[in-house]
Amino acid sequence: MLTDFLPLFIMVVLAAGLALTLLKLAEWLGPYRPRAVKSSPYESGMDPVGTARERYSVKFYLVAMIFIVFDVEIVFMYPWAVSFKTFLEGGGGLASLAIIGVFILILFVGLIYDIKKGGLDWD
Amino acid sequence: MAIIQAIWEVIDQPLVIFGVINGLLVTASLLVYAERKVSAWIQERNGPDRVGPRGLLQPFADVFKLLFKEDIVPTQANGFIHSLAPTLMVVIAMSTAAVIPWARTPAGDPLVIADIGVGLLLILAMTSISVYGVTLAGWSSNSKYSLLGGLRSSAQMISYELAMGAAAISVVLMAQSLDLFVIVENQNHELLGPFAWNWFRNPVGFIVFAVCALAETNRAPFDLPEAEQELVGGYHTEYSGMKFGMFFLAEYVNLWVAGLVVSTLFFGGYLLPWDPFFASILPPVLLTILQVLFFLAKVAFCAFCFIWIRWTLPRFKYNQLMNLGWKYLLPISIANILVIALGVALFHALGWA
Repeated sequence: MLTDFLPLFIMVVLAAGLALTLLKLAEWLGPYRPRAVKSSPYESGMDPVGTARERYSVKFYLVAMIFIVFDVEIVFMYPWAVSFKTFLEGGGGLASLAIIGVFILILFVGLIYDIKKGGLDWD
Repeated sequence: MAIIQAIWEVIDQPLVIFGVINGLLVTASLLVYAERKVSAWIQERNGPDRVGPRGLLQPFADVFKLLFKEDIVPTQANGFIHSLAPTLMVVIAMSTAAVIPWARTPAGDPLVIADIGVGLLLILAMTSISVYGVTLAGWSSNSKYSLLGGLRSSAQMISYELAMGAAAISVVLMAQSLDLFVIVENQNHELLGPFAWNWFRNPVGFIVFAVCALAETNRAPFDLPEAEQELVGGYHTEYSGMKFGMFFLAEYVNLWVAGLVVSTLFFGGYLLPWDPFFASILPPVLLTILQVLFFLAKVAFCAFCFIWIRWTLPRFKYNQLMNLGWKYLLPISIANILVIALGVALFHALGWA
């Protein structure tokens, strides 16, 4: 079972090898002449003001948190989707559909609440 | 002789994979050329026509130029992460192609690099990881434009990933498997041919998935992360030389991979139209070769559509983009799951499937 993943592993290693080769090749072939002005961060030609590691809008955190909730919901639905026809053959198909419907409904209420609260409004 | 065979048995798989990676590299450069030619065609220009016959060698010339350019790392940037981000992008874009079935072998097995049985999950997982590449690139550069570009991009990518995952569930419901080979074979039908493929059986899922796949590649009209007019170059503002080239490479490999996944899930993958009919009249080996060619043609068509869209539609505003993802695509694709489930139950009750 795990040996099935071996080709995938080889692919990742070879792709990483390709990426590192490109990096090293560029380092080896390209010039290296740093200047203070050249290596200052781009800010439309002005001297950079302060650092870029600043605080940023809380909206991004909000989107990330809602993403986690819905991503987990969708991951939970995969096993159900795979075995839905098996449930149908066993006679429990519609019951499983009703259960997953309730599950979706609960999270949907959450999404509507979030939209109404303006959590996803960007202006 | 025995030694040669023993050595071959160890290295044949890496060699094939090496070939596939090189194939992807060449494909990416051809796509760059195709993009420039198609855009020139749409805008009534000539496009590249100086390097090689009809400008075909232009992308290779670009790669060599980038190799000889200086790699500038901004002051106070995090050097290691600054290099890690483009590496991550390339590795993830390339390795997704490992689980795509390219054809059915004469023995009836999938022609695939890694036959892992959960290919669809792997693709979704890989797409999630590529968010890291963009975010790390934006953060590590120590430039405000990069940071904003990276943040926007990560928010956009995670938003569209949800709808994409939900649209994929509707495909899984019909095929009842996460194995891409089973999903393709599930679309094989004697009489209906191309109308048994998922784009016809599940049109809503197809549209949602195609839009999300386009958004995941960060291309226009979803190219907010690198909106030139407001963010200069977005998350790769501070990248130069080959590191920038690697982002460029990853973008085009991702475009190709998006075409691969959309064709596999919704256009019958490698299937010929009325595949069982051709299987009955053609020799098996010829059928396998035709399937590979037909698959590549389908993917090339998808890639052409993506390029066409990029040069036709204007960019969204950020609030429109988030509205589309959260308020339209996500509810639509989740409702689509329930509709498809009811349809599967109905067909089962009628005894059709």
